[in-house]
Amino acid sequence: MSSPATTASGNETALSGGASYGRVKGEEVDTRHGAILYLDNITVSFDGFKALNALTLDIGVGELRLIIGPNGAGKTTMMDVITGKTRPDTGTAFFGQSMDLTRMSESTIARAGIGRKFQRPTVFENHTVFENLELAMKTNKTVHATLRAKLTGPQRDAIDSTLELIRLRGEVHRMAGLLSHGQKQWLEIGMLLIQEPKLLLLDEPVAGMTDAETERTGELLNELRGRHSLMVVEHDMDFVARLATGSTVTVLHEGSVLAEGSMAQVQSDQRVIEVYLGR
Amino acid sequence: MTEPDPLLPPPPGASMVAPTALLEKRGVRRALFACIVLLALIPAANLFFPESSPLHMSSYMVALTGKFMCYAIAALALDLVWGYTGILSLGHGLFFALGGYAQGMYLMRAIGHDGVYQSDLPDFMVFLDWKAYPWYWSFTDHFLYVWLLILVVPAALAFVFGFFAFRSRIKGVYFSIITQALTFAAMLLFFRNNTGFGGNNGFTDFKRILGFTITAPWTKATLYWITLGVMVGAVLIARLIARSKLGRVLTAIRDSESRLMFVGYDPLWFKLFIWTFSAMLCSVAGALYVPQVGIINPGEMSPANSIEMVIWVATGGRGTLIGPLVGAFAVNWLKTIFTSQFPEFWLYLLGAIFVLVTLFLPQGILGVWAQWRRHRQQRAMIRSASEHAA
Repeated sequence: MSSPATTASGNETALSGGASYGRVKGEEVDTRHGAILYLDNITVSFDGFKALNALTLDIGVGELRLIIGPNGAGKTTMMDVITGKTRPDTGTAFFGQSMDLTRMSESTIARAGIGRKFQRPTVFENHTVFENLELAMKTNKTVHATLRAKLTGPQRDAIDSTLELIRLRGEVHRMAGLLSHGQKQWLEIGMLLIQEPKLLLLDEPVAGMTDAETERTGELLNELRGRHSLMVVEHDMDFVARLATGSTVTVLHEGSVLAEGSMAQVQSDQRVIEVYLGR
Repeated sequence: MTEPDPLLPPPPGASMVAPTALLEKRGVRRALFACIVLLALIPAANLFFPESSPLHMSSYMVALTGKFMCYAIAALALDLVWGYTGILSLGHGLFFALGGYAQGMYLMRAIGHDGVYQSDLPDFMVFLDWKAYPWYWSFTDHFLYVWLLILVVPAALAFVFGFFAFRSRIKGVYFSIITQALTFAAMLLFFRNNTGFGGNNGFTDFKRILGFTITAPWTKATLYWITLGVMVGAVLIARLIARSKLGRVLTAIRDSESRLMFVGYDPLWFKLFIWTFSAMLCSVAGALYVPQVGIINPGEMSPANSIEMVIWVATGGRGTLIGPLVGAFAVNWLKTIFTSQFPEFWLYLLGAIFVLVTLFLPQGILGVWAQWRRHRQQRAMIRSASEHAA
């Protein structure tokens, strides 16, 4: 309540949320210049502490970007800015060429094609696996359409293939709250995929997973590369190394980019070793 | 044994919270149907059997049950926002009272010249030395117009209040306190004589409704049957909402609102929809209540009344369709007994019910029943399994 960033977010949300009601945004993400996300000079401060400090970053179409950094480097705040949860004090955030993320509400951003997986798995615990996917599925999400919604054949197929992908076919009518931790993580990934997002933000996707589950998640993310743009924040260095082939690694430190490049480049960077890997 | 095909739609009700699914069981449906028939027979037993007959129902019973049904409708309305959507309102008494007052305006005009002062104006206006009706009493002698007010006024108030509250993301206890303050402020406003709604006496001494004498047994029975019909209709509409995808969005708001935003739903409009609908339903309950009890005054807006509604829902089982009805009947039945036998103890008992339900029956009466059924099913399964083995 106290920070200017959150207050601004309340007002913004009302404006854009109100304006978009009743219509499905027809606007497509304009990615003609090859990038899907541009963050430019973003600063967010909480009571004087700069969580993000002139952060500049962009993500290409179909890219799998790995973000690492010590605790408090601003990784989660960055995701909050991209998904509309936090408004930056200064700087711009664009989705494609034309969508200004700092002026859109959380739900509008989600409908525009940015999916987010939280650090702790958040699924609808009192809904079944099936219903979780049904709620997340890309479709008209207004009150009227939701009241009258009936699943069509293709939608059923989409749910089925997602169930297959996240290996939860056997648990389809189980309450999501009764799933194991790893299964919940997968369900949440499934909920992201069925939204058909263009950009996926994954905050520590393998936290709390068993080795086998971690491996399977790595495979899954590698499969998604090229079809979606992905941004993966992770602490598990083994997991990062597994995805790193052909991807760019960005190291965040104190709210801005410390280093960027291939895994090998980053690992040999003296500053990175100092702040993060060396410790 | 064949595996169920995961692609088949889930069996009706299987996917929902257990007590909601109760309504889908055949035995439960039969029992509910029997309850509706029994309720419908109460005024008939009053009309057609002489007082000496053992089958006779007293007029008191008819009035009491009619009143309870109005409470049950209000409880269902509250459950839609609290039990399903997780928005605790401590001000639903306001919407109930507004419906009651709108209906009361018509009933006051219908007294005509039969008041104490035999004037065009209601007695309280004569008493205040008013010469004409204030502008907001215009057309209230038309029954249909008054029903338009009953549906539109509380809904409009709820929409505007809800829009600003939900847009500012006021949640939880803060929202509850504001609703409480809202009904309290309205009560103070209605207590004033200058507001034009009869001050602390409110409206009473009604004579007729649509030309029928309001105290006549047939009028009372008809009002009762209409209330029963509205109650059944309200349950069916609530069921339709609860079983639609919209119902699942509402429970998702209750359980994890931020997740819902990040999958692309704007909670504002879903909350506003159910909040406004709930206010409207509550207002209808109030409008049916007033002609049956014959009085409406600002006391209906007192915070205690709204809190009592919450206790009905909690006792019956929130987040279920039948729970609020069961709770409204059970608590008010106890209240009727206690306030006549040991009036000074009623508030203690009410408080005790709330504490006990919160501590020991978080799912309410229906939750206990559902648990008992599950327990019995499990035992039956174990028994049949051991018989198999032997």
